[in-house]
Amino acid sequence: MSTHQDAIGRASGSQRAKDLAFRLTLLACLALAIGLLVVLLVDVALDGAGALSWDFINNFTSITADKAGIQAGLWGTIWLMGVCACFIVPVGVATAIYLEEYGDPAKWWNRLIELNVQNLAAVPSIVYGILGLAFLVRGPLSLGNVVLAGGLTLALLVLPMVIIAGREALRAVPSSIREGSMALGATQWQTIWRQVLPAAVPGIATGVILALSRAIGETAPLIVVGAVAVIAFNPDGLDSQFTAMPIQIFDWISRASNNVNDYRPLAAAGILVLMVLLLAMNGVAIWLRNRYEQKW
Amino acid sequence: MLAALISLLTTTGIVYALVKETIVFFGDVGLGEFLFGTKWTPLFGEPSFGVLPLILGTFATTLIALVVAIPLGLAAAIYLSEYARPRVRKTVKPMLELLAGVPTIVFGYFALTFFTPEVLRRFLHMDVAIFNALAAGIVIGFLIIPIVASISEDSMRSVPQALREGAFGLGASKFQVTLRVVFPAALSGIVASIVLAMSRAVGETMVVLIAGGQQPQWGADVGKSMETLTAFIGATAKGDAATGSTAYKTIFAVGTTLFVITLVMNLISIRFVRRYRQVYE
Amino acid sequence: MVTREKAASPAEHKPGAPREPIFELEDVTVSYGDKPAVRDVTFDIAKREITALIGPSGCGKSTLIRCLNRMNDLIPAARVEGNVVYHGQDLYRPEVDPVEVRKRIGMVFQKPNPFPKSIYDNIAFGPRVLGMKGDMDEIVERALRHAAVWDEAKDRLKTNAFGMSGGQQQRLCIARCLAVEPDVILMDEPCSALDPISTGKIEDLMIDLKQEYSIVIVTHNMQQAARVSDRTAFFTVTPEARIGTLVEFDDTEIVFTNPKDPRTEAYVTGKVG
Repeated sequence: MSTHQDAIGRASGSQRAKDLAFRLTLLACLALAIGLLVVLLVDVALDGAGALSWDFINNFTSITADKAGIQAGLWGTIWLMGVCACFIVPVGVATAIYLEEYGDPAKWWNRLIELNVQNLAAVPSIVYGILGLAFLVRGPLSLGNVVLAGGLTLALLVLPMVIIAGREALRAVPSSIREGSMALGATQWQTIWRQVLPAAVPGIATGVILALSRAIGETAPLIVVGAVAVIAFNPDGLDSQFTAMPIQIFDWISRASNNVNDYRPLAAAGILVLMVLLLAMNGVAIWLRNRYEQKW
Repeated sequence: MLAALISLLTTTGIVYALVKETIVFFGDVGLGEFLFGTKWTPLFGEPSFGVLPLILGTFATTLIALVVAIPLGLAAAIYLSEYARPRVRKTVKPMLELLAGVPTIVFGYFALTFFTPEVLRRFLHMDVAIFNALAAGIVIGFLIIPIVASISEDSMRSVPQALREGAFGLGASKFQVTLRVVFPAALSGIVASIVLAMSRAVGETMVVLIAGGQQPQWGADVGKSMETLTAFIGATAKGDAATGSTAYKTIFAVGTTLFVITLVMNLISIRFVRRYRQVYE
Repeated sequence: MVTREKAASPAEHKPGAPREPIFELEDVTVSYGDKPAVRDVTFDIAKREITALIGPSGCGKSTLIRCLNRMNDLIPAARVEGNVVYHGQDLYRPEVDPVEVRKRIGMVFQKPNPFPKSIYDNIAFGPRVLGMKGDMDEIVERALRHAAVWDEAKDRLKTNAFGMSGGQQQRLCIARCLAVEPDVILMDEPCSALDPISTGKIEDLMIDLKQEYSIVIVTHNMQQAARVSDRTAFFTVTPEARIGTLVEFDDTEIVFTNPKDPRTEAYVTGKVG
């Protein structure tokens, strides 16, 4: 009896130490990960705060660091997002509707499309740039390195995200709604268009915003597609050359800084503008999700 | 239906574009030299087209990234899934999502302007070049932590509570239950997350382009520049190569290599995800 | 067993007077894939009556009722054999459009399923989609009155239907069904998710609606069948193969007080099921 209790006592002591050590290690790792994020944000903020000003937003880039600004990049990004959104919303939603509501999963081509979407979601972004270069900028469509080409390339990149989010949103609508509608004598299309889709809009909108916030920060595909780094005008049409915020930031990072012209703060300030935009978009997405989420 | 075809078209498009140019490329350069040569100087007067240094560069940065991401990511996942109170989860998860949402160019900037000078050189007194693979690899590691963390956490949370309770009932400690019951049960999801993270690291461009250097290296000195597959594509494309030129074709050849590597990894990862979903649903 | 007198209504069937069948089922078998769920069902449903389908779980009552408005079409593996004749026409002829069928034969489900819209839009959905002409406000009010839920809804027509209680939601679903002016109303265990008071209200409503509509109701509540229906069909499951079969079909009074089949008697007296 007493040996039994001793055994329990001893195990408890060293066991608890192990448990505690483990728990602390986990916490330390977590702290390290989050800590780096914090250090990163603070570093960028410190570097860039000085250069951030209304002038910065209104000026175009320039050799003289003091006079340089991000206007071309800002508007370029806005144009790109516009093109991107105009493409991903109809195509993404239509594909999601097809896969969720009409596609018979037993047919092999539907499964192929599904697998396809999953794969495309994980292809490196620079490969999308190559695709854009080969087909949109040169090759069959030969659009040249213009806003339309850049926007479409980004659209293809984030399209899988929209399709996947759209499917989840449609799937969340319970089948009892569909049955109720069909039982009244509505056709499948009427049911989808008037009941299912409206109910799924908040989820789809959130997905689109998240997709756009991914697209906004992408640099590599734009480099390959030919976004110009040094440009002193805003896009004036779908067929105009363009730049984007990440491209300008990249340009400033790449330039050698010296005492006369220090480009580092410009890059950091550009990053700050980009991050603010991102935070705003994510905030809208979260607000949308919370306000309109349907509890079934 | 039409819209769905667009996604099919995209894949076909990617494959076609890459393959077409690659075939032309191999018209000029032997496949053997490409795959097995160790000098990558395609734009020299006397060019060499051995792609191995680029693959080594990609491999090295990815390996370093995984060394960072796997322990930290799994630790985060284990903590969030098994130990954290709901309130802690509510604060930490958005932070991980924030980490995942930071554009890679920001990480690149950070690697070059802070990590290398302050952390590696000043804090750790390491003698590294300003463009080095170590800094790039470590920063990529942090970048992919959310992938490992969120999918692994998902996988661990879907392990039924009954399994844990059975082990607790036998007198096991939380540490033992976590490591010997939950972890193995969630293994296929965890492996899926690692493979996916690896694929992401392989495809990462901006961090290596900014901080990893544009000199390929056929050696093991991570303190120096090691150009990766992605960095090469980025650097060359920036130079606006003419259609049909050698430089243009190299973009596609290297691009194909990259695509094939990531495709294989993605298919493996999808397999694992399907397995872990099946077991518990 | 019968705890409440049936309310007398002008359309009540007098024994001996001719019934007008609107549905005639002959040797109907429904299978999912290869496995039959209910087999060789033959009976008819009369106009302006309430016909109840009763029986233990799994005997195929819901499967059968869903044949009557071709809702089984929504399940890919479902197959219907035999004749389902509606007003003299085979419902499953290839030329028949299931959408048209459902405009005339409405359905109320076990769990109330209002749309995530306002009460007004819930009712208006059917008429709009079917292109019905007329003043929508009037149509909505008429439907809600008919379903005995107007008083509870009239002050909050624009509010979300989810704000209603379970019983109100179910009456809303009935109103929604009535708004498209069907011929027949199918009810698949309409009260099983509701409390007794709501159940009572809906039963009163059914008897009221009988004056204008033909009603088929699936219920596992025998007392309910006894209370409201004119004729009752009793189904059971064959012990070995677990396939549903129709055991007895007759006037409700006979089924409950003097059943012909011993299985029926066992079920209605509570010995089994």
